[in-house]
Amino acid sequence: MSAIIPYIDEPHPVTGVTNAKLGIWLFLASEVMLFGALFSTLITLRMSAPEWPHGYDELNVPLAALNTVILIFSSVTVVMSWASLKMKDLGKYKMYMALTCLCAVGFMVIKSIEYSSKFHHEHFPWTNNFFATYFVMTGLHGLHVVGGLIVNLYLLGPGSKMWHTQPERFTGRIEVAGLYWHFVDLVWIFLFPTLYLL
Amino acid sequence: MSGHESVEEMKKHVRGYWVIFFALLALTAVTVGISYIHLPILQAVLLAMFVATIKGSLVALYFMHLISEKQIIYSVLGLTVTFFVFLMAVPWFM
Repeated sequence: MSAIIPYIDEPHPVTGVTNAKLGIWLFLASEVMLFGALFSTLITLRMSAPEWPHGYDELNVPLAALNTVILIFSSVTVVMSWASLKMKDLGKYKMYMALTCLCAVGFMVIKSIEYSSKFHHEHFPWTNNFFATYFVMTGLHGLHVVGGLIVNLYLLGPGSKMWHTQPERFTGRIEVAGLYWHFVDLVWIFLFPTLYLL
Repeated sequence: MSGHESVEEMKKHVRGYWVIFFALLALTAVTVGISYIHLPILQAVLLAMFVATIKGSLVALYFMHLISEKQIIYSVLGLTVTFFVFLMAVPWFM
């Protein structure tokens, strides 16, 4: 059992889950409301607009589809990194977590290319409501990718030392970080068709 | 899911993760393919959201282990879904 924080290695007797797991799900619930509010705003703006461009006419669908594949792959690699720790294989954990981080970097590189292209064609967040919603929603999602990348890099690097002293607690951290990462993927699964394909 | 599964049990889960991955890839191809048909907007939205919901459900149920989670997590998510439905209903009352 963790010496300082209770119910981190073992489930809480009342909730049946560790405090970390309950905490991350509560946080993800708040994130659902954050992105949900933006989706709701997009729907309101689009329904009330006299005209609204199709995403496939204004945005780069092939690049975004590639980003979708990258994020889905990163979801597999992050759950594989957790599974590797459950099977007591630190080497495989590091490989899969490194792949996850690489995918995050790849996603942001492609996003930068997309944004640069938009700016080059004089499409900015203030151009019209279509681009305002596009930049705000993909921008906020991108910030979430960067935040997750920073945490995952820590868990891959200096954070992984905890495996040698408190392996259960460390495995719990990877599970929780993975849940956040899957959420980031989930948001993009809805964002991609909503912005790019409709 | 953070219980003490044996290595053999974990290997079964691992096989499952890769199956889900390929299912998600296929559904992504379906999503992009549908968009090229340029359906009327209402049908396009319904179909796109239907496919996205299936994909999201696969990620939530299997990658996020929701298929075998504890009641407290289901309760938190039940509350979340209720408020989310409220949020999505707002545009129709504006």
